[in-house]
Amino acid sequence: MSPPAGPIMGAMQDATGAVVSFENVTKRYPGSDSPAVDNLSLTVPAGEICVLVGPSGCGKTTSMKMVNRLIEPTSGRITIDGEDVMSLPAVELRRRIGYVIQQIGLFPHLTIGDNVAVVPKLLRWKDQRIRERVEELLEIVGLDPAAYAKRYPTELSGGERQRVGVARALAADPPVMLMDEPFGAVDPIRRDRLQNEFLRLQEKVRKTIVFVTHDVDEAIKMADRIAILQKGGILAQFDTPAAILANPASEFVERFVGADRGLKRLSLGRVGDLEMIEAITVRAGEDRTAIRARLDRVDELDYALLVDDQDRPLGWIDQQDLRGSGPINPEAASPGAPTVERETTLRDALSGMLGSSVQLGVVVDERERVLGLVSVDAIGERLRAPVRAADGGLHPVGEAAS
Amino acid sequence: MEFFGEVAAWFADPANWNGPDGIPARIGEHLVLSIVPLAAAVAVALPVGAWIGHTGRFSNLVINIANVGRAIPSLAILALAAMLLQRTIVDIGLRDSASEIVTMIALFFLAIPPILTNAYVGINEVDDQIVEAGRGMGMRDLEILRRVEIPVGLPVILVGVRTAAVQVVATATLGAVVATGGLGRYIIDGIAQRRFDEVFAGALIVAALSIATELGFSFIERRATSPGLRGRDTAPRELAQAGRPGGI
Ligand SMILES: Nc1ncnc2c1ncn2[C@@H]1O[C@H](COP(=O)(O)OP(=O)(O)OP(=O)(O)O)[C@@H](O)[C@H]1O
Ligand SMILES: [Mg+2]
Repeated sequence: MSPPAGPIMGAMQDATGAVVSFENVTKRYPGSDSPAVDNLSLTVPAGEICVLVGPSGCGKTTSMKMVNRLIEPTSGRITIDGEDVMSLPAVELRRRIGYVIQQIGLFPHLTIGDNVAVVPKLLRWKDQRIRERVEELLEIVGLDPAAYAKRYPTELSGGERQRVGVARALAADPPVMLMDEPFGAVDPIRRDRLQNEFLRLQEKVRKTIVFVTHDVDEAIKMADRIAILQKGGILAQFDTPAAILANPASEFVERFVGADRGLKRLSLGRVGDLEMIEAITVRAGEDRTAIRARLDRVDELDYALLVDDQDRPLGWIDQQDLRGSGPINPEAASPGAPTVERETTLRDALSGMLGSSVQLGVVVDERERVLGLVSVDAIGERLRAPVRAADGGLHPVGEAAS
Repeated sequence: MEFFGEVAAWFADPANWNGPDGIPARIGEHLVLSIVPLAAAVAVALPVGAWIGHTGRFSNLVINIANVGRAIPSLAILALAAMLLQRTIVDIGLRDSASEIVTMIALFFLAIPPILTNAYVGINEVDDQIVEAGRGMGMRDLEILRRVEIPVGLPVILVGVRTAAVQVVATATLGAVVATGGLGRYIIDGIAQRRFDEVFAGALIVAALSIATELGFSFIERRATSPGLRGRDTAPRELAQAGRPGGI
């Protein structure tokens, strides 16, 4: 197959994002008086995540689907790296744009491996290359190919299916990805994990992503830039999360973002920005006297953290449990240490920590191994110490992170 | 009890297993009489039903054909075909197999509704989200049909074919009324000559053949269905399931 020249293909070859630009795009559905998307103009820089957010029916999905022409604009144009999306045949265009839909939409009759292989097959890659790519992608999204490639979608959990959806969208290494509420169908805790995982993945792949959600918190967490749409498909504000929280452009934005804007600013900071405290990790059967000695060396810490043989946290051991001598009793550990990841927002971390008896967050890596601890105090400190941002203005917490 | 003895004796008689009116020959005729119209109906109704299911256009047509097909008794279809076509067939010089052709045409029309309906329903019921995922990934219409809609709808589609097959096999018996071969001969001739052991034996063989058809198609359905689709609702759809019983 001889690929057509042009920026869309060009961007594909170096496998990073492309600039996506909406120019005065309007969509009016037949038989409807008011437009679903009204004169939308915005530019998503290459490699950034642009989140479209707004109340139900405000035209988020419509805007997104016009990028891969599942819906065609009534007027205006959309370009990818300057090239009009209308200049390519629709199927060619779509094979070069990753697409993850609301309900993930895995093909139930195909194995996980075959689902991921769909676009490479449409592009007629060689079998060998497809096999290698499928394995690579499953590993990238954290699913062991040996265990998962031959299974069917019904045999996976919601979170696992979501990862397969992402792997499938990444298969042909498209410069642009469209994601419509990709984390909508999973519970809040798993959602946080998947978001973190996705942000780590994006660090590596640097795609240009148009991401639709109706959840402001998700928008603040995921976005480099947020486009807030209001009813009638009108763009209410397009800016970085920090700027939107600091200066909402209208009463609508202010109301949509919510009264707790100050608190939401905490979402701009990440656990990874905080100073971590070293955790005193202990395993079942360790000697109490030795643990006490280790704990005494750290002033701010009254608790040791019991971990399993994979370094995954099991629960807190307090001074009471350490009285006397001999091996510690693992039963004594009080469970419920809130675990956070480096990508977790300070807001989510804080709310987890406030809800537990020991006000420390256990920072874990993607394999759930303990990296260290963060304290409520450290978050408080960030709140009190505004940082000087690149634009010279004083911004509260979190600006440094974005 | 005596009667069953006679039926058993009929089956035991080597004369009934040989020659042009022996059981193997009659089963052979019966199968030809069934397979030809079934294959023709599959060739016509599957693509049409699938395409209507894919596009959603003309779906009223499917529903109407199914309803009309359900309302007309098999015997009426056969009589109608005989009345309308026998002359023409004879005129074009096919006198020797005229009754076979008439029967096959009737069976063809009999097989259309369940195949058409289930092909339409099977494709139409495929989750819109999945279809849109395929479209969004750059599948063309035919690729969506071939790679997504047909395999996902296959269990339902095959139930339609099975329903049609069983109906055709059972109803091919009626061909004997217009003088075809096949297992119906035992029944029609048996009645005419008051040989009820033969009538009953013929009915038994037809029943056995119908059951074998049912089992054979069920086996194919299981083999052809992706393991990822197991446990879904593949129960025959209302429209196709309510096919008429194989008799009159
Ligand atoms: N195919 C269609 N035909 C006619 N009107 C449509 C169609 N699709 C969407 N609309 C209308 O266009 C408007 C925008 O719809 P859209 O799906 O883009 O909203 P959304 O922001 O994605 O909403 P949600 O958060 O509920 O998914 C709505 O008023 C909707 O009713
Ligand atoms: Mg939507």
